[in-house]
Amino acid sequence: MTPLTGYLLIAALLFAIGLAGALTRRNAILVLIGIELMLNAANLNLIAFWRYSPHPEALTGMMFAIFSIAVAAAEAAVGLGLVIQIHRHAHTTDLDQMNRMKG
Amino acid sequence: MSFAFYLIAGLSVAGALAAVLLKNTVHCALALTVAFAGLALLFLQLDAQFAGFAQILVYIGAVAILVVFAILLTRGSETPKDGVYSRNPLIGLVIAAAIFAVFGWAILNSTSFLPHESAKPVVSVMDIGNALMGRYILPLEIVALLLTAALIGAVIVAMHEKDGAQ
Amino acid sequence: MLTQEEQTVAFKCMSDCGPAVITQLLWLIPAVPMLASGVIALLKQPKRKTASTLAIGSLAFSLLLALIAFAHVLSGWASGKAVRETANFTWIQVGSSHVDLGWVLDPLSAIMLVMVTFVGLLIFIYSTGYMAHDENYTRFFCFLSLFAGAMLGVVIANSILLLFMCWELVGLTSYLLIGFWYFKPSAAAAAKKAFLTTRVGDVFFLLGIVWLFGQTGTLLFYNGGSGSMELSALTGLLQQHAAFGLTAATAIGLLIFAGAAGKSGQFPLHVWLPDAMEGPTPVSALIHAATMVAAGVYLIARVYPLMQAGALAGGTTTSLTVVTWVGAFTAVFAALIAVAQNDIKRILAYSTVSQLGYMMAGLGMGGVAVGMFHLITHAFFKALLFMGAGSVIHGCHEEQDIRHMGGLKKYMPLTFATYGIGMLALCGVPIFFSGFWSKDGILEAGKHWSVSSAPYYMLVFGAVLTAFYMTRQVSYVFFGAYRGHAHPHESPKSMTTPLAILAFFAIALGAIGTPAWPWFSAFLGNRASALDLHAFAEPAWLMLLLTSCAIVAVGIGISWWLYGSKSPAATEPDVLERAVPPIWAALRDRLYMDELYGVTVIAFYSWWARVADWLDRRVFGGIVSLVAWLFALWAKLNRFLDTNVVDGTFDKSCEEISTGGGLLSSLQSGRAQTYLRILALAVVALAAILIWSSRA
Repeated sequence: MTPLTGYLLIAALLFAIGLAGALTRRNAILVLIGIELMLNAANLNLIAFWRYSPHPEALTGMMFAIFSIAVAAAEAAVGLGLVIQIHRHAHTTDLDQMNRMKG
Repeated sequence: MSFAFYLIAGLSVAGALAAVLLKNTVHCALALTVAFAGLALLFLQLDAQFAGFAQILVYIGAVAILVVFAILLTRGSETPKDGVYSRNPLIGLVIAAAIFAVFGWAILNSTSFLPHESAKPVVSVMDIGNALMGRYILPLEIVALLLTAALIGAVIVAMHEKDGAQ
Repeated sequence: MLTQEEQTVAFKCMSDCGPAVITQLLWLIPAVPMLASGVIALLKQPKRKTASTLAIGSLAFSLLLALIAFAHVLSGWASGKAVRETANFTWIQVGSSHVDLGWVLDPLSAIMLVMVTFVGLLIFIYSTGYMAHDENYTRFFCFLSLFAGAMLGVVIANSILLLFMCWELVGLTSYLLIGFWYFKPSAAAAAKKAFLTTRVGDVFFLLGIVWLFGQTGTLLFYNGGSGSMELSALTGLLQQHAAFGLTAATAIGLLIFAGAAGKSGQFPLHVWLPDAMEGPTPVSALIHAATMVAAGVYLIARVYPLMQAGALAGGTTTSLTVVTWVGAFTAVFAALIAVAQNDIKRILAYSTVSQLGYMMAGLGMGGVAVGMFHLITHAFFKALLFMGAGSVIHGCHEEQDIRHMGGLKKYMPLTFATYGIGMLALCGVPIFFSGFWSKDGILEAGKHWSVSSAPYYMLVFGAVLTAFYMTRQVSYVFFGAYRGHAHPHESPKSMTTPLAILAFFAIALGAIGTPAWPWFSAFLGNRASALDLHAFAEPAWLMLLLTSCAIVAVGIGISWWLYGSKSPAATEPDVLERAVPPIWAALRDRLYMDELYGVTVIAFYSWWARVADWLDRRVFGGIVSLVAWLFALWAKLNRFLDTNVVDGTFDKSCEEISTGGGLLSSLQSGRAQTYLRILALAVVALAAILIWSSRA
């Protein structure tokens, strides 16, 4: 087992955990938390691959990860803002109760 | 695979698990912070110092705080009456497990193609700055725009509505 | 009678000499009266003088042509060569078969032409007086003209088809004239009866025509050797065999006789003739005494070669035997009924039926000349009698019952004189009257008939009866005291002049048929004839003369003794009625022939009509209703299919789609996490596939 494999496995595990959280928790914020975890796992993947790539001086991986972090932050801000707004209207953050898009 | 790796990995995983499993939402946010910290340490171990510090600054310093604020603003600290898990949590677990299984299987089956060891990269901040201003100038600008839009958007989204048209 | 061979030899001239001009123009004789009839039909009622002038004028013209034709034939006969000229033409050609029409001029047709036109003309003149007060004067002359044309067409026809066409036309005009006063129900019924009864005969006639045409291949009687009355055709017919052991010739002959029997009122188709007296008296005189009823006799004379075919010398054929028996029976039958009648015209009608029987018997036993001579003489004296009766009716103001007349001889002397002459001629009073000579000829032929002498005795009995009932009639009408309520007066000149002319001929015509100078039979048979007074001295003839005197004496004597100048009151029963009431009743009721018809034919027809009605309503109507019901059912089925299957399918499928949509939309739970789960699942699947495929 190479070090890379280890990192990748950890990343996969984190991704799975984040996904489980997003899929099973009732609170909308916890879904967002799960999504953050997934993004982080992806970042870890990127960095790990950058580290063990043939040309790490190209900085591709790191740049990608940095941009990913930036985007994740923006997304978290907007998402949480939305959750707050929803809470103002529906007085709940329970996802199971937000089913007005029901078919 | 050094001992440090296992330690930090375990910390991250534990934090992640706690973030997903705990009942109290604030505890979840705090556990998330621990997970972020663990990840930052992993970045540092992978010789991506800038990324690690960026992780600490942005994620722990901004996103985690933001999450806590959101939780507090939406009274997430109160225990919900229907339970914390949504309907049929088992299916979600199964799906997540399946994802992990697939990824794990992919990873483990491709170990032969992965490099074992490579030279430690030396990345200075100047290199990163050069890359940002050189090769990645366009993504930089776009991200700047994105951040601006997100900023404005978040403000608008979270704003109290005035009576009548907004 | 000449045999076939002799006749052919005699007539061999016909292919050598072409038809004379008069023969070519022969068609004018019937055409002109028909044309006059057409013109009169277009006239309005007030133009009475024009109508009668046209009619009389056209018939006078026809008479002139007939006399010219007769003169031509006579000159030919006198110079010893036979005259039988034909003018034939093809009317319709279909492939190889063709329908021919044509006319023939020979002694038979010449004599008949003269008789019909002359008697017809006299009756036309008579009608101007008789129908003067009738409001349908123009219509009367229109029909009379049409009748005259049609009858003349029958006479000259050389094609059996042309004969049949004119035959039917004669029947039609008879119907129109019998039912002239159509507003009288009895007249309308009588017209219908006449038409239907003669129709029965005509059906058989038509069958005979078709058979004849089919067998011989030609419609023409005489056609230069290939006609149906000529040797080759007749030989062919004799060889053909029909059912019941008869030859085709006999069968066809019997069929044609059936047609003649209808028109000439032979038993059992005689029932229409007495009822036909519903028509005006000129009609009765012309049609039902002189001409139309004679058409049947003329037809038999025309097809005599066919009837006679196969007869050995001195013998006779089956057809002629049948003709004789029917004729003899009719003669006696009708004479019996005439005894008990009280209507002046009805007595004369039954007398006509009886005399027609005589003519048929004469044809059967004695040949063409014998029968035709009686036809000619009968035409004259019967027309005379009818016209005299018309004069009496007119003079007694439309009274027809003889019990309400009497003693008219002093009121209407001219009528009485002419009527008396006619009556004596009919009775066959010897020597002076033509009726004696013609009837004598028939009796002589009957005496020598090879098959049996029963017809002879029947005819003798019939003659006695004739004398009896005619005397009865005359004594009732002209003798004794007047029992009526009107003021009888003599008729105008327009009516009495024709009576006188006919009376003259009733006497004079006898001269041409005496054994001393048998001009008539010689003319018809194309032999020479010479005056031979020694014929009077022959014992056979003297025997016959004696018999006739006896007949007349007995008949007139008994009748005069019974009736004489006594005039029983109208309400008193007749002398004979008191004597033998049941026989009298039977005779007065016409021997129940009409009742018999009513019970058998008419009852059967009513039953058949009911069956047909039931069939039509129940069976065919049922079938139609069934078809309609089936269609309705089919329509209902279609509607059911359309509503349930087609629409149902469509509706169901729409419902299914809707339900499916509903089902599918239930996937949209609205819950974000559900969507996420599905997304994640898809990712799992995709990743697995990708990784798997890249590994392979």
